[in-house]
Amino acid sequence: MDRGRGGILRIVDRRFDSKNKSTVNRQRFLRRFKGQIREAVTNVINQRGVRDIDSGEKISIPARDISEPQFQHGRGGIWRRTLPGNDRFHSGDEIERPDGGGGGGGSGKASNEGEGMDEFAFTLSREEFLELFFEDLALPNLVKTQLARIDEYQRVRAGYTQTGVPANISIPRSMRGAAGRRIAFSAVHARRLQELKAQLEDAVVRFGEESEEAREIRREIAKLRARIEAVPFIDSIDLRYNNRMRIPRPSTQAVMFCVMDVSGSMDEEKKNIAKRFFMLLYLFLTRTYDHIELVFIRHHTQAVEVGEEDFFTSRETGGTVVSSALQLMHKIIADRYQSSVWNIYCAQASDGENWDGDSPQCRALLGENILPLVQYFAYIEISTVDPQNLWLEYAQLLDQFKGRFAMQQIRDLTDIYPVFRELFRKKLA
Amino acid sequence: MSATRESLLLPHGSEWSFEALMEYDAEIARVAKRFELDTYRHQIEIITAEQMLDAYASIGMPVYYHHWSFGKHFLAHEKHYKRGQMGLAYEIVINSDPCIVYLMEENTLMMQALVIAHAAYGHNSFFKNNYLFRTWTTADAIVDYLIFARNYIADCEERYGYEEVERLLDACHALSNVGVDHYKRPAKLSLEKERAQQKEREEYLQQQVNELWRTLPRREEKGVAPTTARFPAEPEENILYFIEKNAPLLDPWQREIVRIVRKIGQYFYPQRQTQVMNEGWACFWHYNLLNTLYDEGRLSDGFMLEFLQSHTSVIAQPPYHHPMYGGINPYALGYAMWTDIRRICEQPTDEDHAWFPEIAGKNWREVMDFAMRNFKDESFIAQYLSPKVMRDFRMFTLFDDDSRPTLQVEAIHDDTGFVAVRKALSEQYNIGVREPNLQVWNVDIRGDRSLTVRCFEHQRHALGDTTPAVMKHLFYLWGFTTRLEMLRPDGSVTLLHECSSRT
Repeated sequence: MDRGRGGILRIVDRRFDSKNKSTVNRQRFLRRFKGQIREAVTNVINQRGVRDIDSGEKISIPARDISEPQFQHGRGGIWRRTLPGNDRFHSGDEIERPDGGGGGGGSGKASNEGEGMDEFAFTLSREEFLELFFEDLALPNLVKTQLARIDEYQRVRAGYTQTGVPANISIPRSMRGAAGRRIAFSAVHARRLQELKAQLEDAVVRFGEESEEAREIRREIAKLRARIEAVPFIDSIDLRYNNRMRIPRPSTQAVMFCVMDVSGSMDEEKKNIAKRFFMLLYLFLTRTYDHIELVFIRHHTQAVEVGEEDFFTSRETGGTVVSSALQLMHKIIADRYQSSVWNIYCAQASDGENWDGDSPQCRALLGENILPLVQYFAYIEISTVDPQNLWLEYAQLLDQFKGRFAMQQIRDLTDIYPVFRELFRKKLA
Repeated sequence: MSATRESLLLPHGSEWSFEALMEYDAEIARVAKRFELDTYRHQIEIITAEQMLDAYASIGMPVYYHHWSFGKHFLAHEKHYKRGQMGLAYEIVINSDPCIVYLMEENTLMMQALVIAHAAYGHNSFFKNNYLFRTWTTADAIVDYLIFARNYIADCEERYGYEEVERLLDACHALSNVGVDHYKRPAKLSLEKERAQQKEREEYLQQQVNELWRTLPRREEKGVAPTTARFPAEPEENILYFIEKNAPLLDPWQREIVRIVRKIGQYFYPQRQTQVMNEGWACFWHYNLLNTLYDEGRLSDGFMLEFLQSHTSVIAQPPYHHPMYGGINPYALGYAMWTDIRRICEQPTDEDHAWFPEIAGKNWREVMDFAMRNFKDESFIAQYLSPKVMRDFRMFTLFDDDSRPTLQVEAIHDDTGFVAVRKALSEQYNIGVREPNLQVWNVDIRGDRSLTVRCFEHQRHALGDTTPAVMKHLFYLWGFTTRLEMLRPDGSVTLLHECSSRT
C-alpha cells in the first residue's frame, strides 16, 4: 500500500488458519523426550492424590537432556565487559569476583524465572497426561477412549441476562422491564399532572371555562402530556435474554472404598502399584458418577479409617488380620452409605499374607455381608509367589458373584487391567 | 473547542476493529511520510496468541519446518505468556517485500497502534535501507524460500522417516552459528530458481563429492608428491557449507537440508548484528510518530498514558546489581542513542561539538538516515555512543583476567574513561569476538578421511562445555573421525577433542 500511489492497506485475518500448528512441534517434543517425561509423570503420580488423576500436570525434566548445543566460549581468558548502573566504582578499583570462579565468557545467565536452570518445566494437558498414565497400564484402546471421554453436558435454563443474541430475547421480561421504566421515568410528571388537573377544575369554577388562567393551565397540561409521551416505549436497557447454562448430565452418587494392607511386608513399591490400581478405579467411576466419596481403610491386625495422606504414607509392623478391615467396611456402609442411595465400589490391595485362621472368616464376611451390597469388588494381590490362603478362600466366591467380584494377582503394572475387564465389558454392552 | 478536539480524535477505547486499524495506519503513514521514512509496502496480519507463540518459537517465522526444539521453545514461551511475564508487546515483523507485520488478536487498540508504528514503519524502513540487509537478504524471496524449505523437509520426513530427518536437523542446528559466511556475499534467493536448480544441484554436488573421494588411484598423477596437496586449499570458515559440499557419506537430500539450515541462518545473520540499531530505531519512531499524532490532537490523554507505560517498560534498563538485570537491553541502548543523535543535531552542547563536530547542529533527519544506512551495532556504537548516553547509563567497564585474583574497573563514565568504555562496548557487539573463531583446517583425503577443525585462540578464551556434544553432531555429518584443535597465539597447536565413534 504505497499510499503515495493511492493504494489501500491490506489486513489479513489469519486467526482461523492452521489452528493447531504448534501442536506438531509440541508433539515432537513430547515424543522425543518420552523417556524423561514418563519418568516425571511417574513421580507426579506417586505424589498425587487418588482424586487428582484427571487433570493436566506441570512436569519438570532435566534441562541438560534437552539442551541444543552450539560452539560457544566457556569460562576463562581475558574479557572486558561493560555494564550499566555504576553506583560505587572508580577507575582502577579492584573488586572481588562475584562467584569466586574464573571469569565468565558470556553474559550472566542467572535464572529470572524463580526456578533452577537445571529443570525445564512445562504443563501437560489432561489428555497428554492420561495418555502417559494409561500407557503404563497397557489398557486396550477402546477402554482408553471410554475413560478419556468427557461427559456430555445438558443445556438448562438459568434465569435472564442483559446481553445475548436476538433469538433469545425474552419478550415478557423485556416488556415488564419497559413498563417499569416508563412508570419510573414519568412518575414526576404524572404527579404534577394530577395537581394541574385539580388546579384546572378549581380555575374553571373560579374564573370560567375560557378564562386566561384555565387556558394557561391547559397549555401546561398539554406540555406535560407530551413529556410523558416522550418516554420511549421500549429501550435497549429493557431487553432481557433467556440464559442457558451447561451443566453435566445428572447422575447418581458413588462411594469407593480403598482397603489396603499396611503390614510390614507391604513395601513402597507394592503400595505404589496399589495406588495406581485405586486411581484407575477412581477414574473409571468419575466417568459414570458425578459425585464420588472416597473411604480409606488401612489395616494390619486392626483396621482404621484414615485420610488419604496417612493411607499411602504410614507403615506399620506386625501380623495381618484382613477380616478386621472387612468388618469396619461393613460397619461404615451400614452407618453412612445405605446401599439404595449409593453405588458402592470396593478395591482391596494386599500382599496376600493373612493369619491362617482368619481367611475363612473373611470369605464368610465378604460373601454374606459385603458382596450383596456392592456394585463391584476388586481384590488385587501384589506378590510374586504362589497365592496363599486368602486367595484360595476368596476364589470360592468367584462363581457365585460373577461380574461383581474380580480378583487378580499382580506382579507388575500391566496386570492391573484384567481386574477391570469385567467392569468395562458391562459398561460397553 | 472541545467539540472540534473530540472530532479530531482517532478511535479510542481498548477494543480494536479492522476499521480502527485502517484509520491508525493511515494517520501513522501520513506522519511517517512527513519524516520521509522510506519503507517497503506492508501488510498486516492478525493472528491469535497461540499462533504468535508458535511463530516466536520458530525463529519468528510464520512458515517454517517442524522440529522438536520449536516445541520446546513454544512450551517455554507459553509458560511465560500465561504467567503474564512478557511485559513486551508481542510483535513479529518479517523482512520481506511487502513487509509483513503480525498483530496479536489479544492486544488492545493502543498496543496495535504501537506495533504498527514500531514494526510497519520503524523496522520496515530499517530493513529496506540498512546496508547489511540490502546486501545480505532478499526481501522479496524469503517467504517463498521458507515455504520451499518446509515442503522439502516434510517430503523428506515422509520418504526417509522423521527420526532420520530430526537427527540431521539436530546436527545442522548445532552447527548453524558456524554456518554463515562472514564476508562473502551470498547469492540471491529465488523460489523458482531453487526448485529448478535443486535437482540439478543434487546431481552435480554428488558428482563432485564422488570425484573427491574416488578410491581408484589416478595413474597420471604419479609424479605429484601426495603429502603436499592440502584440502581444503584455504581454511573454510563456513563449516556447514564445507559439509554440504564435501561430506563423503551424505545423501543428496541430506545435503539439501544442510543447505536449507545454512541459508536460513545466513538470512538472519544481519539481524544478529544490528539488534541495538534496529530495535532502537523502531522504538525511536514509534515514540516520535505517536507523539506527533498526540501533538496534533489525534490521540487522547488516556491513550498516551497507556502508550507511555508500555514504552517505558520496553526501554527500561535495570542496573547491573538488579535482580532483573540480564545484560544491556538493546531496546534501551538503541533508543537512547538515536534520541541522543537527534539531540546532538538540534541542541548541541560544547561537549557535542568537541566529540561530534561532523554532526553537531546538522539536519537531524539526514544524519540519522546516514547512520541507519551505513552501520552495524559494532561500528554504530564506536561512531555514535556519546558521553551523555554513557553518563545516563552510568556505564563502567570491567577487566576480567582469570589469571588475576580480582576484577579491575578499567574505565567508568568520566572524561578519562569515555573512549575506553565506548571501545569496550563496541567490541562486545563484535560477533568475531563474541563467538569462537573456528575453521575447517584439513581433511586427510588420502588417508583416513579425518576432518580437522581448528579454533583460533583469542585472549585465552576457552571453548565451552557444550563442545563435545557439538563435535558428536559434526562427526555424524562427516561420518569419519573429526578433530578439534586449538591454535595458540605462540603458534603451538593442541588437540582439544577427537570424535571417532558414535558413542
